[in-house]
Amino acid sequence: MILWLLIIIPFLAAPLAWWTARRSQLLTVWIALCAFIIDGLLSVIVWLWYRVPSDPTPQQWILDSHTPWIPQWGIDLHLGLDGISFVLIVLTNVLGLVAVVSSWKEIRERQGFYYFNLLLVMSGVIGVFLALDLFLFFLFWEVMLLPMYLIVAVWGHENRRYASFKFFLFTQAGSLVLLVAIATLALLHQDATGTPSFDYHDLLELSISPSSAWWLMLAFFVGFGVKLPVVPLHTWLPDTHTEAPTGGSVILAGLLLKTGAYGLLRFAIPLFPEAAQAFAPVAMALGVIGVLYGAALAFAQTDYKRLVAYSSISHLGFALIGIFAMNKLALQGAVMQLIAHGVSSAALFMLAGVLQDRLHTRDMRRMGGLWASVPRLASITLFFAVASLGLPGLANFIGEFLVLFGSFGAHPWLTASAATGMIAAAIYSLALIQRTFHGPLAVDRQLPDLSGTPLAVLISMMIILVWLGWYPMVLFSATEPTLEFLHHLEPSMPNMPNGDLSALTLQPPPHASAQ
Amino acid sequence: MTTTDLLALSPILAILALCVLTMLGIAVRRHHGTIAMLAAAGTLVTLGTLPLAASAAPRTVTTLLRIDGYALLYMGLLLAATLIIIALSYRYWNLHVEEHEECEEFYLLVLLATLGAIVLTASVHFVPFFLGLELISVSSYGLIGYLRTRRAPLEASLKYLLLSSTASAFLLFGMALLYFQTGTMVFSEIGAATIPSEPKPLLWLGGFTLVMVAIGFKLGLVPFHLWIPDVYQGAPAPITAYIATVSKVAVAALLLRFVTDLRILEMHTVSLLFGTLAAASMLAGNFLALLQQNVKRLLAYSSIAHFGYLLVALLAGGPFAAEAVTFYLAAYVTMTLGAFGVVTARSTPLRDADAFEDYRGLFWSRPWLSVTFMLTLLSLAGIPITAGFLGKFYAIAAGVHADLWLLVLLLIANSALGVYYYLRLIVTMFDRSAADITIADESAQHDAQGHWATALSLGAIASMLLWLGSYPGPVIEFIRSIVADLGATMLNARY
Repeated sequence: MILWLLIIIPFLAAPLAWWTARRSQLLTVWIALCAFIIDGLLSVIVWLWYRVPSDPTPQQWILDSHTPWIPQWGIDLHLGLDGISFVLIVLTNVLGLVAVVSSWKEIRERQGFYYFNLLLVMSGVIGVFLALDLFLFFLFWEVMLLPMYLIVAVWGHENRRYASFKFFLFTQAGSLVLLVAIATLALLHQDATGTPSFDYHDLLELSISPSSAWWLMLAFFVGFGVKLPVVPLHTWLPDTHTEAPTGGSVILAGLLLKTGAYGLLRFAIPLFPEAAQAFAPVAMALGVIGVLYGAALAFAQTDYKRLVAYSSISHLGFALIGIFAMNKLALQGAVMQLIAHGVSSAALFMLAGVLQDRLHTRDMRRMGGLWASVPRLASITLFFAVASLGLPGLANFIGEFLVLFGSFGAHPWLTASAATGMIAAAIYSLALIQRTFHGPLAVDRQLPDLSGTPLAVLISMMIILVWLGWYPMVLFSATEPTLEFLHHLEPSMPNMPNGDLSALTLQPPPHASAQ
Repeated sequence: MTTTDLLALSPILAILALCVLTMLGIAVRRHHGTIAMLAAAGTLVTLGTLPLAASAAPRTVTTLLRIDGYALLYMGLLLAATLIIIALSYRYWNLHVEEHEECEEFYLLVLLATLGAIVLTASVHFVPFFLGLELISVSSYGLIGYLRTRRAPLEASLKYLLLSSTASAFLLFGMALLYFQTGTMVFSEIGAATIPSEPKPLLWLGGFTLVMVAIGFKLGLVPFHLWIPDVYQGAPAPITAYIATVSKVAVAALLLRFVTDLRILEMHTVSLLFGTLAAASMLAGNFLALLQQNVKRLLAYSSIAHFGYLLVALLAGGPFAAEAVTFYLAAYVTMTLGAFGVVTARSTPLRDADAFEDYRGLFWSRPWLSVTFMLTLLSLAGIPITAGFLGKFYAIAAGVHADLWLLVLLLIANSALGVYYYLRLIVTMFDRSAADITIADESAQHDAQGHWATALSLGAIASMLLWLGSYPGPVIEFIRSIVADLGATMLNARY
């Protein structure tokens, strides 16, 4: 029930925020802020309360909530919290705060409806991270979609109509493929046992013939790959990120992309381990293409937000490589990359909003020489730019380094070419700084520098990156049991034993002594 | 004819009595509100007779009609849809009452058509099949052209008359061929008259195909769909809703019973025929819907596509297909009524609200109406937590179940395509630039009486959409218990 509370808090705050908007705009913003703060605190409390840290063999699932919903189809309201969900939920709430703060000044009209949508997206995202029933998962997956579409379509920039359509169509097409795969899985369960089931644990135990597993895995990969985005399916991303209002970009880059990676980690690989293993070289190659292609196009952009959007494609390429390398180091790296990219790209988009608020443009050709007039803004941007290029000591470095380190053994050539992406990242990140803040002064007005709440939020995001960069064990120990479970799925171990999951997760992790 | 027979027939008898009563009522007191009230109350009473009939069901009354759970379920659906349409029409005819003094017969025609529709759901014989179908068609001619001072309704009515009578001729010829081959007009006997393992004689197949042409025409499946957009556009909005829901669903209910009784889907040629119809309807419906600039035409093409999806579910065969089709139809009725209900609610005395412009910025001026519209459109597009999503899910599951991969893939591709044009309408409603213009003309909207009826029915539809979409367990259980005996009881249909 407590898990439901995590979803319900933003869900109920949404109409409340809308309703109060006609009385007081300020109250609306505070409701949204409080919802995220309470939700985030609640998730941390749940985590600390239910986890037994001294347990030498930590369980994967900390908390589980299970009630029947549509019994005829074997659909349950099944939520479960484990390390990865917890970490991503915390990220969700932090970025929720960031989105509210960055929308504060920008969204001037129909604020109530804006915060309504914002809170609803968050509710859907948290649902996605918690759902353990595939039908329920799909439901939350779609719940995120529509409010996000509205945020882009109503409050977006000049080309919002085109961008929002493209976003909706791409993601909806991906979702439908996913839906067929989910329905097929449930029917396969029916064929095997006589009753359909959408439950994650039931389906994990299901033995699927290799050819159907292959097709289903492919469908899951496409469904999640659109969100991630994997390269041939990415074209919606630059348009949508660029046209979305700042808060929307923060959520899109910080969270919605992570749901794709989460889906791969949680569903695509565990449900079809052999097929995923067979597909891994292709997926990793796509990841490498994403890293290089994203980096190359990022460098060519003149629009600040578009540059950051392409850099997201590049960074999430690393996550894809790490996920499909399927060994523990690379998986840890992928999770770290998800969190680090969530924070750093959200910050860069927030800074884009700040710049646009001052200059009324996102075109870097019309910026330049701003360092002198806005030193705080410039130095903070520099910080996040070098974070995203992978400066050692910051979280992004840990993520990318571990991914490369983990994948090198099995796929040296792919890994080596992905590593060149880190160099490319340095080029475009520094180009971003140079075009924006150095060079001849392009604006003759005096601009106000960062101050107040936005400054505080950005500084706390910097602290998060530094903290995770120097002390990544917080993240690793939280996600350890889950990654251990994923790692053990690797079919180098003789075929997945049927119905013996508990035994698997109870095995002492080989690296546990390192803590 | 025993008392039990009469009890089983009570819904049909009740609506017959209601028709007579309405006719007399018009003769005695020509007053719009009274007659509308009478029609609505009568429909409610007829709905109330369904449990009575259920106590006698399943029962075959003469060789013509079979009153079983299946028939009663569809009767309930059709009567509920009729009730909603009567409620929606009330305000609509109030708008037109000055221009057309006689709007009372409208309700009479609606009730007559509904009589035909509920006869169709119970028919197991060619005679009630034909009678029911003609009752719907003949009433529809009048209904479509009811706004007789306007050009478009008359044109639509004439078009429907010509095409529909052609289809009826096909139907009669097909029935004659089947009768010639088998010597019976009872569905289950037609199926049993030939040896199941051997291929059917060519004439038999020809007769079946001709019957399917007529059914395809009524359902608006693709090569027979040409009337749909014109009639949808020309007919008054509540009648469009009527044609899109009651008349189509009654025929779909009949089709399901017909193919189950004939046990014909196992035949390769026939399933190929159905598969082609489904694919053509999905593709043509969605692609043509993309090009539409008129809301009614857009919804018309979308309904063509929806019957394509429905055929995918139907093709799967077996009790699961019956369950899927029934759920899909329930969802379809709800969302189509919702969509045309909003069109009706937006209509003015001068014209129906069928242009995109009528909906520009609607969200900012009339949020509740536009939220209802958005819900129905999302449901038509198949977005979760709405009835349409579960319907589509059912269709996909049925298709996967029967290994119809090509059709399932087509369904998926078309759903993605469909999202585009529904979204166009939704985004128009959120267009913030025009928000101030539409507020100005709102005052004209509130003149007509009967707002409450519209609000009530649209509210009921919206909550039904959400209920079916979020907590479908009981409904599924109910449908499953009822359609389970559709195939089984057919074998001993005749007493």
